[in-house]
Amino acid sequence: MSEVDLAAQVLDLVRTLSGPGTQAEVLVERRTLALTRFANSYIHQNVADTTTTVRLRLHRDGRTAGGSTTLTVADALRDLVQRTAAASRLCPPDPGWPGLAPPSPVDEPVAVDEDVIAATPADRAARVRAFVDACAGLPAAGYCRTAHGTSAFANSAGQSALGATTQASMDGVARSTAADGAARLAGPRLSDVDGAVLGARAAAKALAGAEPIELRPGRYEVVLEPLAVGDILQSLALYGFNGKAVNEHRSFVAPGEEQFDESVTLVDDPTGPGQAGLLFDAEGTPRRPLTLVRAGVTEAVVHDRRTAAVAGTASNGRALLGGASWGAVPQNLALLPGHGAAPAEVPGPAADSSVLDLVTGVRYGLLVSDHWYTRVLDPRPLVVTGLTRNGVWLIEHGEITRPVRNLRFTQSYPQALAPGGVLGVAAYSAPGASHWDLASYAAPALRLAGWNFTGGVSG
Amino acid sequence: MSEFDAATAAVEAALAAGARYADARVMYRRQESMTALNGEIEELVQDEDAGLGVRALVGSGWGFFAVPDLGSARGAGERAAAIAAASASVAGPAADLVPVPAGSATWASECLVDPLAVPLSDKGDLLVTATAEARRAGADLAEGLYHIWDTRKWFVSSEGHRIEQHIRECGAGIAATAVGEGETQRRSYPAFRGQYGTRGWELVDELDIGAHATRVAEEARALLTAPQCPAGQTTLILGSEQLALQIHESVGHAIELDRILGWEAAFAGTSWLELDRLGRLTYGSELMNIVIDPTIPGALGSFGYDDEGTPAARRYAVHNGQWVGVLSGRDSAAVAGLDYGGSVRSDGWARLPMVRMTNVGLEPGPHTLDEIVAATDDGVYMENNRSWSIDDKRLNFQFGCEIGWEVKNGRLGRMLRNPTYTGIGPQFWRSMDMLSGEIVTWGTPNCGKGQPGQIGHTGHPSAPARFTGVRVGVRG
Repeated sequence: MSEVDLAAQVLDLVRTLSGPGTQAEVLVERRTLALTRFANSYIHQNVADTTTTVRLRLHRDGRTAGGSTTLTVADALRDLVQRTAAASRLCPPDPGWPGLAPPSPVDEPVAVDEDVIAATPADRAARVRAFVDACAGLPAAGYCRTAHGTSAFANSAGQSALGATTQASMDGVARSTAADGAARLAGPRLSDVDGAVLGARAAAKALAGAEPIELRPGRYEVVLEPLAVGDILQSLALYGFNGKAVNEHRSFVAPGEEQFDESVTLVDDPTGPGQAGLLFDAEGTPRRPLTLVRAGVTEAVVHDRRTAAVAGTASNGRALLGGASWGAVPQNLALLPGHGAAPAEVPGPAADSSVLDLVTGVRYGLLVSDHWYTRVLDPRPLVVTGLTRNGVWLIEHGEITRPVRNLRFTQSYPQALAPGGVLGVAAYSAPGASHWDLASYAAPALRLAGWNFTGGVSG
Repeated sequence: MSEFDAATAAVEAALAAGARYADARVMYRRQESMTALNGEIEELVQDEDAGLGVRALVGSGWGFFAVPDLGSARGAGERAAAIAAASASVAGPAADLVPVPAGSATWASECLVDPLAVPLSDKGDLLVTATAEARRAGADLAEGLYHIWDTRKWFVSSEGHRIEQHIRECGAGIAATAVGEGETQRRSYPAFRGQYGTRGWELVDELDIGAHATRVAEEARALLTAPQCPAGQTTLILGSEQLALQIHESVGHAIELDRILGWEAAFAGTSWLELDRLGRLTYGSELMNIVIDPTIPGALGSFGYDDEGTPAARRYAVHNGQWVGVLSGRDSAAVAGLDYGGSVRSDGWARLPMVRMTNVGLEPGPHTLDEIVAATDDGVYMENNRSWSIDDKRLNFQFGCEIGWEVKNGRLGRMLRNPTYTGIGPQFWRSMDMLSGEIVTWGTPNCGKGQPGQIGHTGHPSAPARFTGVRVGVRG
């Protein structure tokens, strides 16, 4: 049975079992995920699964309940409807219920990549082989992942939507005694992923990390590569542009204010280059490209129906599954790149020529490859602590001179991107994937006037 | 087809397709969670998932495949073997498994009050009442939650295992947030995101979260005007909940054998521990006795058998300050030349079993918190985690806590806001000079690891303790 048919069947069951006054929404997701993982230069974990999840949320007599099942036989669907309806009768009232998404056309789905759908364990292993071989004898670790999802939405108000996504990604490190070098890429097409290119890049970084020096903590000018900027984007998405956090005054974001450097434009765009997002959200509201920051001025935050109702506005289609406590979050955030030539691979530790273009302007500073284990210390100003990982180098007079040991930082992300803080935006945005779900982002390298390093590896 | 029949069919199919070892888990899991905000229910969700995951070893290559439909068990076994065969194209060293006695067994966690049988209205009223009270007492955001997991698993291996387990877990908590000028302050009870165990609803009843609603709200508001935690090096006293997370991050993950072997190098990271120093490395002071113990009744990391069929067993990880044990699985132990596994679990039927923490925690010390404070002339006492970050070798950490108090001349003094501390794991643990015997086994239901990502449930016996020469008050 197709995802559309399953959604229709559940809605029929709601009408039959819970009565015509019940408001209901159904989301059916079928996801096939395959991931080939390697360490010490061999494949040590190799997994695949196919799961269909049927999610139901219903509202009746002022009360709301939700539920899901991975069982799709008729009895299981009937049980899902019955227990969700029973739960809605017993749980306390929900005065903030925002109602269902009204019928509204959803844009035509983006074409999926048949190569991702057809990818075999041998296809993934071949990319792993290429990555390992390109590491020229350095131990290599990482994964190659292919994922394909089909989603169907329907609600009792008449809204329906169907979409599909594909994503291929590779993430790996080459390891030397002193440091690891990383390379990471994600995109909607299998052909986006070239194990040899990524492996060579990771190995170049690892080899350039030998005999690192220890640097005193302090405030340094930095060039952050796309992997590190991707971490900033994900934190801004979760804690900054989240409509619930804004409603509850837990976010720094203030629409209408010039909160960022004029070189910063942020868009949440499921159709953007390298992105792999659905064109509707968990409530069935269309998800269209949305500019959050234009030339440094905050324009919008993202909402689901509940956070939008509180804010007195309309949902812009960013509801998450189970998002009542988390709020609405951009799933495909992109920082638009600057202008310049298309990037090329370069020798040495820089990820590509667009990074080197930023490095040449730095008199004394640091090149940072990646962030690790970043956590929010102070939510409102979004002060984050974390560590550098997979390569840090000193920049002197526009040249990358020496590798540096990893450093801990404690830094307000919006403060680092504030007016005057961004000295350069690279000409290329690298697409990346979340570690935890199929959200994606696109990040260029950034040259920032200051970054607050608060400790070295010795504490 | 019964669950055991399906698992057996998957294993037989994998063997027929060329596997030299195979195992399969059928799992059926029900979850229920509710959140409340400011006296109103935010969300109630009841989820169920069910299916079969099969693991096959072909030569030295592993493969895993999972399906929701038990009728596809044989096909899943064949797919797992085919994936394992593909692994051989980038092959590693020979894979072995340390021996585990095979046989049939059943196990269930102790549960006095089935949490899924408690009326939703009672559970909702608990959260509504507690958050409304915290709101009345001054919280701008008063949040409450509970979470219940009810998991049944059937495990079969090609070596003859046939094990059925039923594990019920639950827990709850509240948090109050006060919003000030440009900052927020939060207080939680009993811990951020709650306290959890492999117990029934009696655990939540004992927490009595409503009785703490007023206090957490008042403390959150008071924190807005409290002085900043001073920056510098000082004597640090940690409450047991914060020390539980310290154990989790700087000991529990560091002793995972897959990290030590480099199997997690690209994502979760490695470990500063090297196998050739097992039994010969001073991890901490002599007060430091860390035990791996999945047999603790009611602790969140407890089970009868791990997901490779190894019976739960207690062993030291650190004994009198010396590193003596690891968390391991049958294959990682064989690579390391050790003779024990027992710490392998999967987050559901669709995920590969991997090395995970069980219960990893401290044995009690000789002091009390009151004695520790009384013995401290100058220092800071911190409670309840607010943020955590640690490097990929599990050495350099920085934690933020919700609240601190200065300690002067053996007494608690002023409340301090934004307390943080940072350090290097072994240096920190070697500085532990006082340890309380007031053990609480904290449950951590959100331990992330693996690719694809898996969420693990862990337990951590912990007690207040004192550390000397610690850097505190790090700010951006």
